[in-house]
Amino acid sequence: MKFTFGWLKEHLDTTASLEDVARRLTMIGLEIDKVHHRAKDLDGFVVARVIAAKKHPDADKLTVCQVDTGKETVDVVCGAPNARQGLVGVFAPSGSYIPGTGITLKPTEIRGVVSNGMLLSEREVNLSDDHDGIIELDDDAPLGASAADAMGLSDPVIEIEITPNRGDCLGVLGVARDLAAAGVGTLRPLNRDAVKGSFESPVTVTLDFGKGAEDACPYFVGRLVRGVKNAESPKWLKDKLTAVGLRPISALVDITNLMTMDLGRPLHVFDAGKLKGGLSVRLSKKGEKFQALDGKEYDLDDAMTVIADDNGAQALGGVIGGDASGCTEDTVDVFLESAYFDPARTAMTGRKLNVLSDARFRFERGVDPAFLVDGMEIATRLVMELCGGEASELVVAGAEPKWQRDVMLRPERIETLGGVKMGNKDIVKILSSLGFDCKDGKESFVVAVPSWRPDVVGEACLVEEVVRIHGYDNIPSVSLKRDASLPSPALNVSQRRRVTARRLLAVRGLVEAVTYSFLSAKQASLFGGGAAALTLTNPISADLDVMRPSLLPNLIAAAARNAARGTGNARLFEVGPYFWGAAPDEQGMAAAGIRAGASGARHWAEPPRPVDAFDAKADALAVLAELGIPVDKLDIAAEAPAWYHPGYSGVIRLGPKMVLGHFGVIHPGVLQAMNAKGPIAGFEIFFAALPPAKEKKSKARPPLDLAQFQAVARDFAFVVDLSVTAAELLAAAKSADKKLIDSVSLFDAFEGAGLEDGKKSLAVNVVLQPLDKTLTDAEIDAVSDKVVANVSKATGGVLRG
Amino acid sequence: MSDVEALRKELAAAIDAAAGLDELEQIRVSALGKKGRITELMKGLGAMDADARKATGQALNALKSEIAQALEAKKSSFADAELNARLVGETVDVTLPARPEAEGRIHPISQTIDEVVAIFGEMGLSVAEGPDIEDDWHNFTALNIPPDHPARQEHDTFYLPGAGEEDRMVLRTHTSPVQIRTMMAGEPPFRMIVPGRTYRCDYDATHSPMFHQVEALVVDENTHMGHLKGCLIDFCRAFFDVDDLPVRFRPSYFPFTEPSAEVDIGCVRKDGEFRIGHGDDWLEILGCGMVNPKVLENCNIDSTKYQGFAFGIGIERLAMLKYGIPDLRTFYESDLRWLRHYGFSALSAPSMVGGL
Repeated sequence: MKFTFGWLKEHLDTTASLEDVARRLTMIGLEIDKVHHRAKDLDGFVVARVIAAKKHPDADKLTVCQVDTGKETVDVVCGAPNARQGLVGVFAPSGSYIPGTGITLKPTEIRGVVSNGMLLSEREVNLSDDHDGIIELDDDAPLGASAADAMGLSDPVIEIEITPNRGDCLGVLGVARDLAAAGVGTLRPLNRDAVKGSFESPVTVTLDFGKGAEDACPYFVGRLVRGVKNAESPKWLKDKLTAVGLRPISALVDITNLMTMDLGRPLHVFDAGKLKGGLSVRLSKKGEKFQALDGKEYDLDDAMTVIADDNGAQALGGVIGGDASGCTEDTVDVFLESAYFDPARTAMTGRKLNVLSDARFRFERGVDPAFLVDGMEIATRLVMELCGGEASELVVAGAEPKWQRDVMLRPERIETLGGVKMGNKDIVKILSSLGFDCKDGKESFVVAVPSWRPDVVGEACLVEEVVRIHGYDNIPSVSLKRDASLPSPALNVSQRRRVTARRLLAVRGLVEAVTYSFLSAKQASLFGGGAAALTLTNPISADLDVMRPSLLPNLIAAAARNAARGTGNARLFEVGPYFWGAAPDEQGMAAAGIRAGASGARHWAEPPRPVDAFDAKADALAVLAELGIPVDKLDIAAEAPAWYHPGYSGVIRLGPKMVLGHFGVIHPGVLQAMNAKGPIAGFEIFFAALPPAKEKKSKARPPLDLAQFQAVARDFAFVVDLSVTAAELLAAAKSADKKLIDSVSLFDAFEGAGLEDGKKSLAVNVVLQPLDKTLTDAEIDAVSDKVVANVSKATGGVLRG
Repeated sequence: MSDVEALRKELAAAIDAAAGLDELEQIRVSALGKKGRITELMKGLGAMDADARKATGQALNALKSEIAQALEAKKSSFADAELNARLVGETVDVTLPARPEAEGRIHPISQTIDEVVAIFGEMGLSVAEGPDIEDDWHNFTALNIPPDHPARQEHDTFYLPGAGEEDRMVLRTHTSPVQIRTMMAGEPPFRMIVPGRTYRCDYDATHSPMFHQVEALVVDENTHMGHLKGCLIDFCRAFFDVDDLPVRFRPSYFPFTEPSAEVDIGCVRKDGEFRIGHGDDWLEILGCGMVNPKVLENCNIDSTKYQGFAFGIGIERLAMLKYGIPDLRTFYESDLRWLRHYGFSALSAPSMVGGL
């Protein structure tokens, strides 16, 4: 919403400074976006006329102008092609600074001719980039007067943000009313006098809505003004419109724009000479076509409000006028429309047809339903003033929709909700100045809401009105008091797990990424996603149209991007959501990480090796261990999903069914499809699958029972079939004596050299921890034999000689 | 006695002159071995009378232990010399780089969320969460944004098909639907914060299709606008670590709050410099207000008895302002150079007592 300071003062009698007004606007909720001092760079320049012009004796392109500055006559040498006798322009005297060029003028001699000052182009005063010629002002601009005034630019433009609830402030009048309530001057009364109609309008209006659609346009006020002359608007009107970014067109059109900007009352003007028959306000018909003033043709459906004559739709109610009946310089009889259109239907129409207009913007936020006649009278007066003519009687169809509404206000709510103590007198004063009518009830006020405030519907709205004008600054701030003297944890145990996982992975050298929740359908499908229910109907781009089924693809893509930039060996992780359905319980949180390329950079002591499945396994198990999952009870099997390398990957289960996560080398085919260089090892942990973290009653640990006797270690190397897993062998060895065997660890695994085909060697270290006495050699040998026997039985393994 | 003394001198001289461990061992055997000279002399004690035996015995014992000590000392000096000689040859270039250890980072968004949670946690708010994919009712209608409300257009919503046109789903445009879910599921009072992902169909220098918000909701029988101001002023000053940071509340509009406000913090903008704190300029950082009674009623909460406030803050905005991160879009690019530069150490977990 834009207006000039002077325009505001037409409604607001105030001595407040611009800065003061701007500050107050922001603090009452009409936030200042910008204050634009358009004439800043015109300061000191005056209107001057070229009284004589002749060619420079020594230069073809220069003109020697005799310039009347209102004070004196000086000679100015000018290079502009439009410099000529009679031109009224903007003059900069010698000694002045030219903002557009950064030059300070001095009297000079140009090829033998003295030049005193300069006639300016728009570029030289930063008004535009135009430097093709010097500025030309109206012939009647007073010589010697401020150029800024003559150009209508001295009035600063104020631009404010209007929140969607404040349709009433989409006219300067509404802004002035709010400022008056806030104590910045007094509101000037509007001249609402009726214009006496001298004949009956030949254009009739009927509201033709079917049952249920009457609200589309319940009230229509029209009037014909005959014998007008629609010419260019006067300067004051053109200046106003130009200041707020509107292009002056013709007086009739400009008046409707002025009414919109000034009073928030959009109007439409039809060229009555182009109308056939009376006007019918009705819903559009499916397939109906409408040629609008913006030069476009629109296909209407059956739910839009049109104003039609016998030829069809002539305007789209509340949105845009039609081309066929638009006013031109030839218009003689004009029919003015001041109507009320339903906000919801106007919004829907504008949205469907993608038309943004000043009228739509106001109607969808709600125009004042009690201002139709006043608006018509004010507009009629303007038409007759600027274009002459004779007004008809009003044509009224329908009736003012009921807007009257009482809202109860308990004055103590200003304090108990608004947080600031105020006296009843002050409360009533603020509400009254905003147009509310307060009647004293028993314990509360009965407040009648004015017609222009459809947003005020409850007590809280009134509290806001009072406190907003009183000033939020005046609310004393009160710190929140906790229920207890010490805070309890803000995170529950499962939320804490995610924080822990994140910090742990960073400790392990992975860098946290935050990537989009969506990705391309192609990438989603590589990771088991891409369902229609998870495909966005309006994605930002085709690459971001499906909710991610896994965190891995975005991390892999990130690794590829980093590699392309020369940062290889990416180690990235993310903790965030993944989706398998659109329902609230069809999304989960996961921790996922990748290690790409080599184990590290080249190093003199530690040569890098390619990353492998065990890098990812280590990350996955470290996360699980840190989250309190019994890692020694996990079941690891080579059954990871298809996006992993089938031979270099595993699934992590707790119990036979519960999949806690996957790890492994990412499938080379997947990497190829994503243009990522391998190898990349990755893992995923699904938080929802983890056994719930329990809040333990006691934080105490079980007593520490340290063994008193020397532990004994023995190594065993077994030759087993390739299909035997380390897990099977370790379990078999361990089960040889569950009491005595403290741990079994695998320290060597190899295939090939010296072994039969189809065989491999696995070597384990078994630690025996006696509990009550030192072991004898015989006892140790007995356990050792049992280990060999167990392994042999379970895996067919043979102890290597 | 002179025998003993002579022997002591002789042995001491031999030990002193020994050239190596072997020679030292020979001396030991010759003196202390089974047939060694001291041993032999000890054997002769039996033939002496009591007095002589006592005196000679003491002298021999003293000699024995003296020689043993001398042998040990000499041996140890040989070992020292040998070790020293070996160490002379053992050197490394200590300026060589140590073995690499990868350094991880925490993303500024996570760090900022942790900081926000630490501050509001101290005020007694706890974290609540909800789904990213929402239905229209939770995201809009229940929050007093009916289907034809102009505010809906400003939300640039992402849609998912759902079963039909009527029940299409949306990516939540704010964290506010979690207010609804929390209130529907429980009984007042409520004191919660909701950090999470939010989505708007918009992409340019200052908009990302995905971003993060933290929502707060405090509902009880007494909380009023003064508490809202207190809570947010305390937060802003703690978060930006500026004790007297100017904080300004301006009237604004949100369908789900009434009265509503926007909050600005003081800043300095001068010659390209930007700083949070006392200055002549203001910077908008969040929207807030008293929960609209209609929202409470939509959640079956008696709005004549309960009231409270809600607000929503953009996490990225907080992070950008506090840590001087210039571009919103870079948050999601996963550029390792950016992550290392703007990320945080794994051990810098924020807390009010440990610092933010």
